Amino acid sequence: MSATVNAGKKAATYVDDRFASANFFKRSLGKVFPDHWSFMLGEIALYSFIVILLSGTFLTFWFKPSMVEVIYDGSYAPLKGVEMSEAYASTLDISFDIRGGLLMRQIHHWAALFFVAAISVHLLRVFFTGAFRKPREFNWLIGVGLLTLALVAGFAGYSLPDDLLSGTGLRIAQGIMLSIPLVGTYLSWFVFGGEFPGTDIISRLYAVHILLVPGIILALVTAHLIMVWYQKHTQYPGPGRTNENVVGYRLMPIYMAKAGGFFFAVFGITTLVAGLVTINPIWAYGPYTPDQVTAGSQPDWYIGWLEGALRLMPNVETVIFGFTISWNIFIPAAVVPGLVFTAMALYPWFESWVTGDTKEHHILDRPRNNPTRTGIGVMALTFYILLWIGGGNDLIARFFDVSVNAITWFLRIGIFVLPPIAFVITKRICLSLQRRDREKLLHGRETGQILRLPHGEFIEIHGPISVEERAVLLSKPEVEPLALPPTEDANGVKNKKAGRNRLRSRLSNWFYGDNIPLPTPEELAAADAHLAHEIEQTTPVLDEATALRVGTPGVIADEGVLHDDPKLVAAARDAARTIEAERGENKS
Amino acid sequence: MRRSRWAALIAVVAALVAVGVAYAVLNAQSKAAAAPAESATSAQLEEGRKLFLEGCSSCHGLNAEGIDGATVNNGGNGGPSLIGVGSASVHFQVSTGRMPLAGPAAQAPVKTVEYTAEETEALAAYIASLAPGPASPSEEELDFSEADVAEGGELFRTNCSQCHNFAGRGGALSDGAYAPSILDATPQQIYEAMLTGPQQMPVFSNESLTVEEKQAILAYVDDLRTAPNPAGQDLGSLGPVGDGLFAWLVGIVLFVAVAVWIGARVR
Ligand code: HEC
Ligand code: HEC
Ligand code: HEM
Repeated sequence: MSATVNAGKKAATYVDDRFASANFFKRSLGKVFPDHWSFMLGEIALYSFIVILLSGTFLTFWFKPSMVEVIYDGSYAPLKGVEMSEAYASTLDISFDIRGGLLMRQIHHWAALFFVAAISVHLLRVFFTGAFRKPREFNWLIGVGLLTLALVAGFAGYSLPDDLLSGTGLRIAQGIMLSIPLVGTYLSWFVFGGEFPGTDIISRLYAVHILLVPGIILALVTAHLIMVWYQKHTQYPGPGRTNENVVGYRLMPIYMAKAGGFFFAVFGITTLVAGLVTINPIWAYGPYTPDQVTAGSQPDWYIGWLEGALRLMPNVETVIFGFTISWNIFIPAAVVPGLVFTAMALYPWFESWVTGDTKEHHILDRPRNNPTRTGIGVMALTFYILLWIGGGNDLIARFFDVSVNAITWFLRIGIFVLPPIAFVITKRICLSLQRRDREKLLHGRETGQILRLPHGEFIEIHGPISVEERAVLLSKPEVEPLALPPTEDANGVKNKKAGRNRLRSRLSNWFYGDNIPLPTPEELAAADAHLAHEIEQTTPVLDEATALRVGTPGVIADEGVLHDDPKLVAAARDAARTIEAERGENKS
Repeated sequence: MRRSRWAALIAVVAALVAVGVAYAVLNAQSKAAAAPAESATSAQLEEGRKLFLEGCSSCHGLNAEGIDGATVNNGGNGGPSLIGVGSASVHFQVSTGRMPLAGPAAQAPVKTVEYTAEETEALAAYIASLAPGPASPSEEELDFSEADVAEGGELFRTNCSQCHNFAGRGGALSDGAYAPSILDATPQQIYEAMLTGPQQMPVFSNESLTVEEKQAILAYVDDLRTAPNPAGQDLGSLGPVGDGLFAWLVGIVLFVAVAVWIGARVR
């Protein structure tokens, strides 16, 4: 044994004698995780967050969260002599006078955009696969909290440099606070420490941005991951995978290597982008002064849907007892996000109430196998994207040469009409995919090969589906809508909950009603027997059919061997062509 | 020591004389520029009239008095009166290719220029001869080499960026109208746009923005156009929407591609 290995052993024993940690590590590092690329989406969020923490720490060394007015005297000539806040001036210094500062700023900001985008796709994965079901509802809830905090962190960060866009965004935020009935004015005075913009807001946001929110995010992420660890990760359906086991690879060495590599990939790509592509060029926006504004004043993308809601809302206000209620701001900026986040947070409980499903789920749903959920998801996504488009209506108007007003009206109607349409279409697509799955189980896979029988009839050859596919298709859970409740029990006592339960049963029918059931075991057995027979039948026919031309798409016969491997088919065709070409040459 | 005292005196006098002469010359020149009709030759006016009758009178009337009723903007083919619009307006409209208008549009688009520089001058001189109006700026007025870029930036953000965007890339206005990118405009055209306020753009007369302030804006726009971007590719300087699109279409797509690749790599 070599000296290094010995030294390593000694060190390990030293640690283990003191922390008794060997067992812990053996258990933990041997933990099995299921494997799928979509399970790495949460990791992208995690790694972007780490990149944000690292680059943000660098920025805190030079950023000055102060609204004291100074005269700029740094090296960016087009702003020399301009009056600005210290916060803005120090951000200019980071950009132009501190080595690596501009790169760090851009890494930080790009990573923030990636972070929220990664959270979003992770959320979509969790939603569409039903990973939020029992026992993971609370991890979903933590997730919603994380998403909210990520938006807050992003908005606070965007406001810190005190450039023109920061100020414009804060002004809108203040308008939203003012629109809250009764408390609005007090809230605004409280947050800004007086009139807008005042001299306090930047230093307050700084505390929120670098301490409060990241601290809570860090704590919640930890809780989130601990829960993934203890509840075990879900897995996609497949051969040998059950609700009770986990099929995958051990943490050590496979996942350690993968995760480490992936972290560097995320960090590397972020740095590359930050080195090549401008983000938030605050020097071009200029310092914030309340009398200036620029076309293209938009928030970062994740606030864009709220900006869109604000832009779409018609201008309605009511005056009650001399107080103005600005519905035009309050509804899109406070009511809509409130409803959206509440609905998102409560969805797991809503679904389990409607379906009466109280089982634990460790096998993920294929989105098609839960058409109503998938439809609801696509509906919400459509709504979100339409609002998003609204937030960029001016740019769309310019690039597609349409009137802003036309876009606004289209969207005002669209946000009510298009999401339900998206729901219906999605559900239909899911159901027809289910139907196709059922077909596959009953008749095997369509090989796309047409065979002409000696007496002239054409038949399509079906092949058996693979073991993996069969397991996946058979994983479809059996679902039953809840039955209508009895209005009175056996003794003729009225069921007080009948009304509520009737609603529940209706919803449940709506949720599960159109389900395409799996073939019964008998049907399956019959289908398997039939398929075996068909294959037996066609093979000898193929033998005689060697004369069939090779090269006609879809028809393939080669020495009586049934080919369905596309590579083999292509190779056979190539061979045939070569032979034909050679013949041609010999003739000439 | 005596000699140097005299020298100082002579230098001061000389400087005063030089400033006086320069002022007189500049003043005379800017007067000339303000009233080009007086300095225009009759041949030039005649040529301008001819060009006008051929190319413009169908919409603006035989005597530039305008054609009432529906304008091209709303489907008819009338143009406004040009009496008193001045040479600045004509030069701006013709040298950017906006005039002659080709057909109905929300606003006259910038297109290929149809008149040579001399013809444009002639047209401008002819219209200016009908009635006084804002004149094209003189060379001195356009000289922004001494102007303060930082001041120009402040003025630009106060007066222009709400329509033309912080980087001069333009933006949408209501009902299909738009403020175009100003990065392709020459200093003269920028100056004339400020003087005449085409379409929805406000007029920035010399009272609301002095000549020095206009020069500062010219200097800032020149800086926008020529200064290299220290931060890399600017994605069209559209603000956060461009950044967001990039984050999704390039960033997340790349990350997911790597995830799929690593995911497929274990076995
Ligand atoms: C097809 C009709 C049409 C033709 C031809 C046309 N114009 Fe115009 N012109 C218009 C309309 C309509 C407007 C107002 C819309 C605008 O300003 O964009 C206008 C505006 C102008 C203005 C701006 C007026 C102001 O208030 O400042 C000038 C100057 C002008 N035209 C000059 C010309 C000249 C010079 C020609 C010939 C080379 C010409 N136009 C040819 C239709 C026309
Ligand atoms: C209310 C919005 C608005 C403001 C403010 C405004 N503009 Fe404009 N600007 C326009 C519109 C609209 C046009 C297009 C006019 C047309 O096509 O007839 C325009 C056209 C121009 C053009 C011509 C561009 C080209 O290449 O054809 C220039 C140059 C220009 N503006 C400069 C400025 C400057 C400099 C300022 C600030 C001092 C300014 N604008 C302020 C709306 C505005
Ligand atoms: C700071 C943001 C977040 C981070 C860093 C993060 C990280 C992770 C990681 C690394 C995993 C395990 C791997 C995976 O399934 O992708 C995970 C699982 C999970 N996350 Fe998140 N997440 C975040 C936000 C969210 C959000 C917004 C939601 C939903 C609202 C959510 C819900 C879940 C659920 C339910 C699981 C368990 C999934 C399963 O077992 O299949 N997370 N998260």
